[in-house]
Amino acid sequence: MTGARSMVDSEESPAKPGWISRSRATGVALVPAASIAGRTLVTVVAIMTFLASLAAGGAVLISQTSRDWRSAVSREATIQVRPVPGRDIEADVREAVRIAAGAPGVESAQPLSKHDSEALLEPWLGQGAALDDIPVPRMIVVKLASRRTVDFAALRDQLLKSIPTAALDDHRMWSERLADMANVLVAITLVLLALLVTAMALAVSFATHGAMAGNREIIEVLHFVGASDGFIARQFQRRFLSLGLRGGMIGAAGACFVFLAAGLLSRRLIATPSGEQLEALFGSFSLGVVGYAAVVAIALVSAALCGQTSRVIVFRRLRNLS
Amino acid sequence: MVRFENVGLRYGAGPEVLQDLTFSIEPGSFQFLTGPSGAGKTTLMRLLLLSLKPTRGLISLFGTDSSKLDKDEITSIRRRIGVVFQDFRLLDHLTTYENVALPLRVQNRREDSYRQEVVELLNWVGLGDRMQVYPEVLSGGEKQRAAIARALIVRPDLLLADEPTGNVDPTMARRLIRLFVELQRSGTSVVVATHDLGLMDQFDGAKRLVLAGGRLHIYE
Repeated sequence: MTGARSMVDSEESPAKPGWISRSRATGVALVPAASIAGRTLVTVVAIMTFLASLAAGGAVLISQTSRDWRSAVSREATIQVRPVPGRDIEADVREAVRIAAGAPGVESAQPLSKHDSEALLEPWLGQGAALDDIPVPRMIVVKLASRRTVDFAALRDQLLKSIPTAALDDHRMWSERLADMANVLVAITLVLLALLVTAMALAVSFATHGAMAGNREIIEVLHFVGASDGFIARQFQRRFLSLGLRGGMIGAAGACFVFLAAGLLSRRLIATPSGEQLEALFGSFSLGVVGYAAVVAIALVSAALCGQTSRVIVFRRLRNLS
Repeated sequence: MVRFENVGLRYGAGPEVLQDLTFSIEPGSFQFLTGPSGAGKTTLMRLLLLSLKPTRGLISLFGTDSSKLDKDEITSIRRRIGVVFQDFRLLDHLTTYENVALPLRVQNRREDSYRQEVVELLNWVGLGDRMQVYPEVLSGGEKQRAAIARALIVRPDLLLADEPTGNVDPTMARRLIRLFVELQRSGTSVVVATHDLGLMDQFDGAKRLVLAGGRLHIYE
């Protein structure tokens, strides 16, 4: 048709206007980028990613903290020396410390001073209680290098032989209870995470269906002008993957911001009693590499879900067209 | 080029909407497809475009039995067919230029290789100064010409136009049909579905395929 005149109005037309030489034709997306449905999808993905990331981060924090609890409890044992008439409690304490410190696997044995013992009892007895009149047992904190190398039965026997009023508590009961509680907490968090991820998958899938509803004509036109099924699917998959990534990154960034802000806040509050409680329960709010990797993975899963759902819908529509 | 032998089509368990269609479309021929509303013109066009499968009979396109084609072969056959839809089906987020270039773009061709061709075709159909505007600002006639240009850009062996003059005034309709005749003279087989008897009367040389009661009557 080179050099042909207009068939309709028979007017001479320029062969190639200059402004067309930089046409957007190859750059412009075949699937429209900005649409209300697209923005809604980004919002849904961002919100669901944010919630799922909070749940995942929470699970990681609780898991890390429970591990810290267990580790702290399991690396400690306590020797209690009861005061009885006729025995020199200070000498008994010194002997117990010597025996404990010499046992294999023990890192150190440190007796609590009288003042420390009184401070421990203060919450129950109040300030200014006449502790001298009460037979308060003396405590020895035994730090363990490794729980596995300590023979608690032998240590207990040795202590009882030398000091009949000494009692060794290896914290096993507490440790086991704490482990059970921590395991239940982690399991609950994982169940919550699984529920949220399922809800996220469903919400993202429905939102993608909604956003795809307005693109029916594009699929048909591309099909009838000779686009292969794979080409059409790729156009939609790329577009929806990009929308999903945008939403996922917004949600993940929001969740990371929450964890970073909580970490900063907890560090500021660390000197206060409530800060100590928070740290005891949730650690330092530091997600660590695993936590941030989980957040990024959730964002990527959301985006992949958008892309894959759009691909499935395209192929379903194309099947109906053929 | 196209051969239908005893083709029948029914939807689900319903009655046959098209029965015993037997006809052929020769290379470089021009035919009107007509009939009352609901006679099955669009359905027959969809059979020609391989977007429907017949429930019986044989459809042969470009020498190949359509029932033996796989997806890729159907796509390559469809690239030899230009389609003009009754409702234009231009994509609103693409400019006139981008809409017309679409059939080439979906073949993964580089823009450099077809830009000149698209510009010339747009000039040819009188849309040289409307290349960078979006369909929403085009008039009905301009949209129709853009849709026709999109069908022609691949230099199809077969052009299917479904009620291409349904949205334009009589003068524009005659001009568009003249454009199709010009195409036919350059070797393209043209099938124009229309119910405009007056328009057909102005082009006596064309074969008439008349659909009525699900059957096809041919008038040479």
